[in-house]
Amino acid sequence: MQNDAVVTVADLRKVYGPVTAVDEISFGVQRGEIFGLIGPNGAGKTTTIECIEGLRRPDGGRVEVLGLDPQREGDSLRPRIGGQLQESALQDRLRVWEALDLFASLYGKSVDWEPLLDHLGLAASRNTAFAKLSGGQKQRLFVALALVHDPEIVLLDELTTGLDPQGRRGVWELIADIRKQGKTIVLTTHFMEEAERLCDRVAVLDRGKIVALGSPEALIRELGEESRIVFSIEAGLDRESVANLPSVTRVEIIGERAIVHGHSERMMVEVVNALSGAGFRFRDFRTEQPSLEDVFLRLTGRSMQEGEEA
Amino acid sequence: MRGLWKLMWVEAKLFSREPMLGFFTLVFPLMMLFCFGGIYGNEPNDYFGGLGMVDVSVAGWTALVIATSAFMSLAVSAAAYREQGILRRLRLTPLSPLAVLAAQVAVLFVMTGLGMLLLIIAAKLVYGLRFDGSALSVAGAFALGALSMFSLGFVVAGLAPTARVAQVVGMVLFFPMIFLSGATIPLQAMQGAIRNYVKILPLTHVVGLLRGAWLGESWGQHLTEVAVLSGLLVVGVLISLKTFRWE
Repeated sequence: MQNDAVVTVADLRKVYGPVTAVDEISFGVQRGEIFGLIGPNGAGKTTTIECIEGLRRPDGGRVEVLGLDPQREGDSLRPRIGGQLQESALQDRLRVWEALDLFASLYGKSVDWEPLLDHLGLAASRNTAFAKLSGGQKQRLFVALALVHDPEIVLLDELTTGLDPQGRRGVWELIADIRKQGKTIVLTTHFMEEAERLCDRVAVLDRGKIVALGSPEALIRELGEESRIVFSIEAGLDRESVANLPSVTRVEIIGERAIVHGHSERMMVEVVNALSGAGFRFRDFRTEQPSLEDVFLRLTGRSMQEGEEA
Repeated sequence: MRGLWKLMWVEAKLFSREPMLGFFTLVFPLMMLFCFGGIYGNEPNDYFGGLGMVDVSVAGWTALVIATSAFMSLAVSAAAYREQGILRRLRLTPLSPLAVLAAQVAVLFVMTGLGMLLLIIAAKLVYGLRFDGSALSVAGAFALGALSMFSLGFVVAGLAPTARVAQVVGMVLFFPMIFLSGATIPLQAMQGAIRNYVKILPLTHVVGLLRGAWLGESWGQHLTEVAVLSGLLVVGVLISLKTFRWE
């Protein structure tokens, strides 16, 4: 599998004046996977993806995409990659279908973009001017433009930023669909939930360095963090009856609210059985799993929000 | 190549969707014609060497269209394309930056030419416009004048940090030039000293060359204008290429 890296980044460095945006990072992206660059704003995600796209010239290290150097061999590379950029736009009065028609014509091979319109839910707005599109429609159009020449690698930079939760879910399905077509996807996001749902592997960036690299599940597991169960109870819960369960490590009771900490996947079953066995009624029962958010917190000592301020 | 043609076609359609651009390029010169033509008519007049007001003014009004395209349209739209991230997005495609510039120039060149053509047709029909030169000579003067001014428009876009600044700089260049270059007010109406100073305005040379060509004078009589405009074109293109930024 290691031989099938379609993107190789080795000791990449990029400096803007006094700021080192990317500080000697290395990773590889395998063919067919969804690879995420995650971290707070300013961590170096966009700089990294733009070095892969050839939009930025690295100050050090090596970037290889499909065996090509994005700087020197951009002409050969550009037809084989498609991208959506964080800060870009189209002409205000350009219509959706005209944008697709134009971008398709810029590539050597001609692609039928009509099905793309349907697939991305843009068929109804095909005559709408770019400026009149909603945020979600604009993002979907940019995805369509990234796919219009049937590229091997699709690079998406903060695709869901600015979208409402519903729009975000729609885009997630779309990304999963793109992967099904056998394409490799590299994306950046500062939404940890998005990375957990979508990415096969992630590189967690902080201040230009990779602080963790692996599948979201593995990173969370390595954290060794406890899961939590939270529920509301009537007064008089015998703390010991829950605390003594094998999978439970700690129980907090704050007023009506009980928080049970523990490890194994059996914890939920054990707790539910213990409660109903003892005849306690409980409601608002939910579990809280550790997330990539916790991974970031553990590795950097700061939450994602604090990371942004740093 | 197919991409370049498509890009030009798109640019042309976008032009047609901006009513302001169409107005200043195609309609405004006609308004000038009917205003001045209405006041002064186009009767032969010794003051204009036996020609009419409209006959000697058409070249200036054409220069006005050229200046509008260069300093109001091109300078601002080129800077806006960069600022809004349109160029950034195009940069991911195999398109070359030259193609982006070429498409903008080509469309504006054609539209500006159309503006001149409409002006000439209307002047001919309504005021019996007299023409003693060769069409080829006029076309050549128009091309040199337009392209040299367009290259200055790109220089403004290239040096301006934002579209807003490009617009202000464009206007600062545009307004003195249209009034002092002879494009709207004949140079004959100016005092002797001023007539020397206005020669530093690039548009003055466009007006001079176009008027000469219109009146049937040879390019040899206008070597200064040809040299200045050619020089501006070369320098303008070099600076434009040097200052071109994708973002």
